[in-house]
Amino acid sequence: MSDVMNTSLFPPELLRILFTLVCAIVIVFGNAVVMGYLERKLAGRFQRRPGPMEVGWHGILQLAVDGVKLVGKQLIVPKQADKVLYRLAPIISFAPAIMPLVVIPFSPKLQGRDFDVGLLFILAVVAINVLAILVAGWSSNNKYSLLGAMRSVAQNVAYEIPMLLTLLSVILVTGTFSLRGIVEAQSGGAWFIFFMPVAFLIFFAATLAETNRAPFDLPEAESELTAGFMTEFSGMGFSLFFMAEYTYMFIACSLTVILFLGGWSGPPLPYGEYTSALWFFAKVYALLLTMIWIRWTFPRVRFDQLLNFCWKYLVPFSLVHLLVTAVVVKL
Amino acid sequence: MTTMAEKGEHRYVLNMGPQHPSTHGVLRVILEMEGEYVMDPQPVLGYGHRMHEKMAECRSWPNFLPNAARMDYLAALIYNHGYVGVVERLAAIEATPRAEYIRVITSELNRLQSHLLWLGVLVLDLGAFTPIMYTFEDREKILDILEDVTGSRLTYCYMRVGGVVRDIDDKFIERTREYIKWQRSRMPMYDKLVTGNIIFRKRIEEIGEFTPDMARRYGLTGPVLRGTGIPYDIRRAEPYSVYPEFDFDIPTETTGDCMASYLVRVREIEQSLRIIEQALDKLPDGPFMAKVPKKLKLPAGDACYAVESPRGELVYHLTGDGSDTPYRMKIRVPSFSNLSLLPELCSGMLLSDLCACMGSLDLVIPEIDR
Repeated sequence: MSDVMNTSLFPPELLRILFTLVCAIVIVFGNAVVMGYLERKLAGRFQRRPGPMEVGWHGILQLAVDGVKLVGKQLIVPKQADKVLYRLAPIISFAPAIMPLVVIPFSPKLQGRDFDVGLLFILAVVAINVLAILVAGWSSNNKYSLLGAMRSVAQNVAYEIPMLLTLLSVILVTGTFSLRGIVEAQSGGAWFIFFMPVAFLIFFAATLAETNRAPFDLPEAESELTAGFMTEFSGMGFSLFFMAEYTYMFIACSLTVILFLGGWSGPPLPYGEYTSALWFFAKVYALLLTMIWIRWTFPRVRFDQLLNFCWKYLVPFSLVHLLVTAVVVKL
Repeated sequence: MTTMAEKGEHRYVLNMGPQHPSTHGVLRVILEMEGEYVMDPQPVLGYGHRMHEKMAECRSWPNFLPNAARMDYLAALIYNHGYVGVVERLAAIEATPRAEYIRVITSELNRLQSHLLWLGVLVLDLGAFTPIMYTFEDREKILDILEDVTGSRLTYCYMRVGGVVRDIDDKFIERTREYIKWQRSRMPMYDKLVTGNIIFRKRIEEIGEFTPDMARRYGLTGPVLRGTGIPYDIRRAEPYSVYPEFDFDIPTETTGDCMASYLVRVREIEQSLRIIEQALDKLPDGPFMAKVPKKLKLPAGDACYAVESPRGELVYHLTGDGSDTPYRMKIRVPSFSNLSLLPELCSGMLLSDLCACMGSLDLVIPEIDR
């Protein structure tokens, strides 16, 4: 019976794809809930107030209530907005966020697919987000949204360059684009952060800008642009952007962990092939907490400063870094 | 169809306000923009207009007391002080010494909470959320102290012609001293978190260059003026109440940018603390209310009384005609003059710098609209 199911009706490959997709969606929603709660709670603690306290124990169900509220809200489409694009924009932003999770190796055995070009796949898919923001800003027919979208494009294009250059340094050493291969190259505690701390810093700064997080959150700068490209979005449109942002943060931190912090490696655990995902998640969330910490501490930079910082410091430094790495590898 | 660019029109109009997070109230600024650059900002006033000056002509002078508190909701006691001051000057009434001391103490507490709110809001305009929560914590302590003695938290109606409504007690003095100690212990934290923050400094240094000449032309007063290097403070230049008896400095800076007015205000916090401390030490005994006739008529004539509000020079000009209703009341508010230089100051600036400039002007819109 099971043979029949496996071969004809449900080939194992299809089951595997389904299982991977379900897992990816669970991770996306789970991460959004955990991050939403953590961000509000931590922001509260940084600001010497308790944060959400009312719904459930220490406000732990606050996100569930917010989710119900957002789902129940009317979707308001502004007059003279480009209605098709306006409705499409949150989906364009959210849908690609799921895909990178397929190639991320959480532990030696927990990985949807190991591509030879896994790293390139992630970078390609994540870049779609810029398009989503541009579409959102353009279709809302609101000047604030458009300003936010324009900023976003300039910022994302600029910061992709130092990001890719630092990636190249890592690739030169490992000689593979496969994420699993990169993690395995760092086995035995030989994490790349120890060999190239500068690259790590540049990469982390670039990810902050790529995910539109403070102090580089110019596309949604509240005090100037009200909410930037999200100004006109309400209800589920808003919450899809919101979840997409948290998912991109998760992906960016996962990439940082894979490239520089040794992926799943850590002290051995029982059933290590599966449970070492714990180390992976611990490292990812440590980075995410750092991002939250930075957001609630620093003011926002100005737009020209943001671009100057990229072109005058990050790009030259990452170029020099790439050069030095290449020479060292050849030697 | 020709596009705007083909016609050579690159400019577009961005309507900022009356509901916008960084206009702090119902101010509307029509911005003519070129990309992200503001080419011509034009403030539009009047959304919060409540005819306070006309109201003064229509009701007896004691009935205007609550109005005074509602013009600038952040400096209600200082507006109280100016109003009772001008009535006293016109009617030739002297407040008791103890009342004058209490007025100074409460006015300075009021100034402190205004400066603390401004500090938080400026940093909020620049995109950092956390400092405003810290300053609100400090501000809450002041509001609690003032609530105990005046009965309200924001729109105080505490001062009366000849004195104040209620005497301050030992508990007030003790709590104020505790507060002074607390505030002093907090200032190093703000220095580290805000003043020393590289992003914050880069955002407001060399932004919005106020010059003494510009200040003269627009009648600029307050910390923004002192940021250009002119030590003009009504508490020194035209002393009122018992201010001459205290030892305090007028902080000035020379650069005239937003950073200068920021530094001036932060240093004024310390000076206000010093004034309160000295006033508490010297507080004389005696009545807190002078003998004032029950039905006081304002004599015919003019009187003028200027006080230093947290935002600059506040002048009440009162004309009496022998009845108990003022013939005319003119109020010169600092924010109005300070805002009027926005078009000249901010032309050619980035949108984010405009927000920083408006934040450092410390605008209170109901005061402008009156």
